[in-house]
Amino acid sequence: MYRYVIRRLLTLIPILLGIIFLVLFIMSFTPGDPASLLLGQDAPEEAIVQLNTELGYYDPLLVKYAKYIWNALHGDFGLSYRTQKPVFSEIIIRFPVTLKLAFYSVILTAIIGIPLGIISAVKKYKPIDMVCTSCAMVFASLPRFWLGLLLILLFSVELKLLPSNGVGTWKHFVLPVFTLAAPTAANILRLTRSTMLETIRQDYVRTARAKGASERLIIFRHELKNALLPVITSLGVEFGVLLGGAILIETVFSMPGISTLMITSIRMKDTPQVTASIIFFAILVCITMLLVDLIYALIDPRIRSKYIK
Amino acid sequence: MNNEIKNKLLEIRNLKVVYETDLDTIYAVNGISFELDKGQTLGIVGETGAGKTTTALSILRLLPQDIGKITEGNIIFEGEDLTLVSESMMRKIRGEKISMIFQDPMTSLNPVLSIERQLLEALELHNTQNRDKNQLKARVDEMLELVGIPKNRKHEYPHQFSGGMKQRVVIAMALACNPLLIIADEPTTALDVTIQAQVLSMMKELKEKLGMSMILITHDLGIVAETCDKVAVMYAGEIIESGSIEDIFGREKHHPYTVGLFGSIPNLEIETPRLSPIDGLMPDPTNLPSGCKFHPRCPEAMEICSEELPPIIEYGSHTIVCHKFKKEGGVNEKN
Ligand code: SF4
Repeated sequence: MYRYVIRRLLTLIPILLGIIFLVLFIMSFTPGDPASLLLGQDAPEEAIVQLNTELGYYDPLLVKYAKYIWNALHGDFGLSYRTQKPVFSEIIIRFPVTLKLAFYSVILTAIIGIPLGIISAVKKYKPIDMVCTSCAMVFASLPRFWLGLLLILLFSVELKLLPSNGVGTWKHFVLPVFTLAAPTAANILRLTRSTMLETIRQDYVRTARAKGASERLIIFRHELKNALLPVITSLGVEFGVLLGGAILIETVFSMPGISTLMITSIRMKDTPQVTASIIFFAILVCITMLLVDLIYALIDPRIRSKYIK
Repeated sequence: MNNEIKNKLLEIRNLKVVYETDLDTIYAVNGISFELDKGQTLGIVGETGAGKTTTALSILRLLPQDIGKITEGNIIFEGEDLTLVSESMMRKIRGEKISMIFQDPMTSLNPVLSIERQLLEALELHNTQNRDKNQLKARVDEMLELVGIPKNRKHEYPHQFSGGMKQRVVIAMALACNPLLIIADEPTTALDVTIQAQVLSMMKELKEKLGMSMILITHDLGIVAETCDKVAVMYAGEIIESGSIEDIFGREKHHPYTVGLFGSIPNLEIETPRLSPIDGLMPDPTNLPSGCKFHPRCPEAMEICSEELPPIIEYGSHTIVCHKFKKEGGVNEKN
């Protein structure tokens, strides 16, 4: 098991190398140079050229890449052009907001999606199933930013119940978390329903029934554990999606998370900050995937024995 | 005579089962009747799709929900009609009084629960003697030993066992509560030939040791000859011939379909150039032929066969449902 975890962590290295390359590559195409943004349009030409040279702006892509990796190996991810502070100091300050947002959303997704999916499957084609699946269809196809705006209009502007921006109290998180979770919960509901329906048809369920097991026992002991395996994987993937989705939501609800930081940095062509933020996200997603796989092994003995071997 | 009635464990009378979907109605079982005494083994033989499994599932009322329906007939078990008892009563019967061994051991165990957990479940569900956890666990060990699985493997999961071992676990599970009746649906078909014999002789031995009755569903007449007391041959949802093992294997007169079935077992003593399967396919169960349902495939079909239902001809315990034997003085019950 430890060997497996270490092996998985080692695969992070090529992934990160690839991601750094992609980010530098894409940033090299974006118009504008850091110095003119930093010093302003009116700064003298020589000063801009000098600063750009200092920042390595004129280096060829591969040189930039090599330099970046060399420095990163020494723990130096650069200073933000904008704030002149080490990039990770800014990320650490803003990280909790984003993480909270994504984490609460994943929890809400599971709390809504899984039980409703189960109910839907058990009551297949009954009214409650119809209601669940049609709601799921609507929520899965709503664009998040639009849903967010609608919710702000209703709860903040009209009813004045919940704040529309900021992060001060738990109330500030209600709307963004709901907005973020709604489409994912809808997806999880539909997935849970279909995997449940699949396990209902399995032979071992019939065996359990032949043993005289009650419907409740069959659902909770025999079907659920098998049906949840794909759902857990999907929740892990959704966590990544939610981190990404947070970019829009943080903007809509003006929350000072990593996403708003990233967007500001992209606008300012603050390459070190952008790269570091993306690396941070990548590590986060990879670790989530690893956790998901470990949970998977915990539930499924077939996978567990593969890892322990 | 009185004794016979007392010994009767199961009686099925004119059972009819259909599967109804939006598109079709499948006539899976069309009025079958048979009886089973305590301690007896009945073999139900026939090709795939003859309604054998449907019959078994109806006895336990495990037909696919919403689709499978018993439309007519009675299933009388220990004097009680199982078509009428409540679902919760039925749950008490399943696994405790009647248990079932399914065809494919690869899929009939839950992959994410340990062997012990699955065996224990059967015992916990029918813990009529209020045994405590340790006693139940001891019983699990006992059952595993009985089917020849070392008890230290009980914490393992199904994927760690071979097919034959899994079927042993399934058998242990079915026997755990000392049922009165075991329904085994092709219990060895999915297994390797060498393992088949082992599992089969084990089942036979355990059945005798524990004094249970058994319904053995198979398409292998060899297995029937070795294990059963009585045989019923099914075709298109009907029993077309039935009798004691001597009637079927010792007598000359047979239903043409049974003759065909015998023909399709390779015989080691007589050299046969090739297998002689019965020509043609099972009839479409949504649209069964008129008269004798076997007539499109029957080598001895007569004109009357497609027009009239064949009579039931009885020679003592041996019955054949066929027009061919009418003249020969059997008792005609149906028409
Ligand atoms: S009734 Fe006629 S068709 Fe049917 S088995 Fe007998 S001879 Fe063949």
